[in-house]
Amino acid sequence: MTAASPGLAPVRGARRARPARDLAIQAALILAIGAALAFLSLTAYRHMVARGIPLGFSFWNQPAGFAIDQSLISYGPSSTVGRAFLVGLINTLIVSALAIAISVPLGFVVGAARLSPNWIVARVAAVWVEGLRNTPLLLQLLFWYNAVLRQLPSARDSIALWPGALLNQRGLYLPRPVPAGGFIFVAAAAIAGLFAALAIVARARRVDRDGRLATGAITYALAALVAPPIVASALSGAPLTFDWPAPGGFNVSGGLHLFPEFVALLFGLSLYSSSYMAEVVRGGLQAVPKGQREAASALGLARRQTLLLVTGPQAMRAILPPLTSQCVNVVKNSSLAVFIGYPDLVAVFPGSTIERTQAAVQVMAITLGVYLVLSVSTSALIGLYDRRQMSRGGR
Amino acid sequence: MKASIAAALGAGIALAAAGAARAGTLDTVKKNGVLRCGVTTGLIGFSQPDSSGAWKGFDVDLCRALASAIFDDPTKVKYVPTTPVDRMTVLLAGDIDVLSRVTTVTLSREEGGLMFAGVNYYDGQGFIVRKDPKHEVKSALDLGGASICVQAGSTTQGNLVDYFGSHGIKVDVVTFGTAPETLAAYDSGRCDVYTTDASALYSQRLKMKDPAANVVLPEIISKEPLGPAVRKDDVAWFQLVSWTLHAMVDAEELGVTSKNVDEKLKSNDPATLRLLGVKGDLGTKLGVSNDWVVRILKHVGNYGESFEANLGSGSPLKIARGLNALWTKGGLQYSPPFE
Ligand SMILES: N[C@@H](CCC(=O)N[C@@H](CS)C(=O)NCC(=O)O)C(=O)O
Repeated sequence: MTAASPGLAPVRGARRARPARDLAIQAALILAIGAALAFLSLTAYRHMVARGIPLGFSFWNQPAGFAIDQSLISYGPSSTVGRAFLVGLINTLIVSALAIAISVPLGFVVGAARLSPNWIVARVAAVWVEGLRNTPLLLQLLFWYNAVLRQLPSARDSIALWPGALLNQRGLYLPRPVPAGGFIFVAAAAIAGLFAALAIVARARRVDRDGRLATGAITYALAALVAPPIVASALSGAPLTFDWPAPGGFNVSGGLHLFPEFVALLFGLSLYSSSYMAEVVRGGLQAVPKGQREAASALGLARRQTLLLVTGPQAMRAILPPLTSQCVNVVKNSSLAVFIGYPDLVAVFPGSTIERTQAAVQVMAITLGVYLVLSVSTSALIGLYDRRQMSRGGR
Repeated sequence: MKASIAAALGAGIALAAAGAARAGTLDTVKKNGVLRCGVTTGLIGFSQPDSSGAWKGFDVDLCRALASAIFDDPTKVKYVPTTPVDRMTVLLAGDIDVLSRVTTVTLSREEGGLMFAGVNYYDGQGFIVRKDPKHEVKSALDLGGASICVQAGSTTQGNLVDYFGSHGIKVDVVTFGTAPETLAAYDSGRCDVYTTDASALYSQRLKMKDPAANVVLPEIISKEPLGPAVRKDDVAWFQLVSWTLHAMVDAEELGVTSKNVDEKLKSNDPATLRLLGVKGDLGTKLGVSNDWVVRILKHVGNYGESFEANLGSGSPLKIARGLNALWTKGGLQYSPPFE
């Protein structure tokens, strides 16, 4: 709105009047929703009191009194209900974030493949999308979980994938790195090495304009990546040791444990979501005017170059908004975890704490609130990225 | 579990929106012409639909007894399947009139807004394991390091942690939201142990791939008195449910069965005549017809008949009466007098 052409003046006047009216309408709407919520809460409150249902949130600091098998923070049955909530929340965030990280690129590949002129590639992509999209996610999760469980050997007959890595029905066990005091130096050296390697690659790229890396540059980069942590670890007296998994009476003990519930959920959720995302990507690509593709080929661009440089970037505008809502769906769909024994927020919080606290309404309200916040902030985050892309001119 | 979340959410909304002045539950049931009874999603012997879809079981019989007392028709029941997680919320929200599904009487549950109308089955938590000649387990104390499958929302979860915690034994607990998935995970080998109420272990064993390959361990680690629950705000309804339980036990004590109830109407035993409503007006005062116990006995039978048919000798479970024998036979089942 910086253009000061006199012809635009009346338009600008009209625009200025609109925000005030919009604001008033919005305020009225928010007030009405607020009043309705307040009324509902008040009635709920009165009924809870009348029926002798406990109110308040004092349960938060009570001991939880139940076990959770997968937790990234320290947790035990004597930890508080609040701590259990945190464990569940973190588990939901991890599995959702990883599923988004897997399904988005997968969705792009499959979506583009659907439009491939290669008949086989397009067919495979179509079967992928239709097969995954048209069966309920719950069935898929149960299928993956049980298929995985049935195929794997029992705990006693664990197979050693390679020395120190055991696989059985209870999951995958890897050596767990145990850093000691001096490990910080090794980590710092490793990070410095990583940056050095990146710098070497970047420089070599600039020199070699057609995008291929000289073999020499690769060797240097690898050396820069590997040497510093090795040297640092030798100097500081090998501060990194490993906790090796060891077969026990019932189960493997020690090591880093990857649970089948987690793997099945991540796998099932990622595949299912990728099919919806692929459709979004395909729709976006098809929305780019045909002239663009024709112009690109007239300029002599190859199909791959057209996709990456011409149609892809333009399609992003159409892709991003629906892709966002698919990401939000991933978070919401992860709540099916409880069916296959993964301790996500729903499994841990309403699932186990309602019985311990008898505070169903409060626990449900908190859980719904969390999903609301997660959905809104996922949308906001991607919206932000979207706007940044737009302001850069659609790239 | 999505369903249970929906149910819990619905319950919250219902709590918010329900009319302030509630009619008595009995009046509502009579007006609706049907009793809404919360049961499990399926537990053989307690509440499980048969091949024709009709609900059968020991807990179902209580619903049928209530419908008989109210309508003289045991089929006027709408069965609402519930999971351990949503059962109490569903009751508190008013979506069911009575919860009759292997639910343990505990103080915190009553503090949470409901009331137990009695105990229809004295149970305790047990463990089931696969028989394994290479790794024999004789006692729960041999379970160090084992994986244990358990269903969420139950007293079972807490007892498990208390028991192994106090014995200093480390176990891995894998928690599922629904009964079929808990069972399937155990049966497929994901867990070494499955734990729940002992009666439910015998019941769930029938659904395993090879029931005979699994043994219930001798330890019973908790008290699980199971009974029907109602909302706290309706004393008259509470009394009807509670005395329906008593009536079935009292009938067994007095030797009145579904077969001989007509003869017993001509008995000269005053206690029998009061129970059957030949003398006095106990039934009318409860808000049902005076011959309500006769209706219950004709349609459903007494406590012992229901037990044997669903859980005991007449069923695939073959559970002995044990603690659930009458007090006169060394058990705990006892009815206050119908006076
Ligand atoms: N009696 C215990 C345990 C009840 C319980 O979890 N029972 C399971 C045993 S299998 C059940 O009812 N499952 C059937 C279902 O979820 O529908 C309690 O009240 O918490």
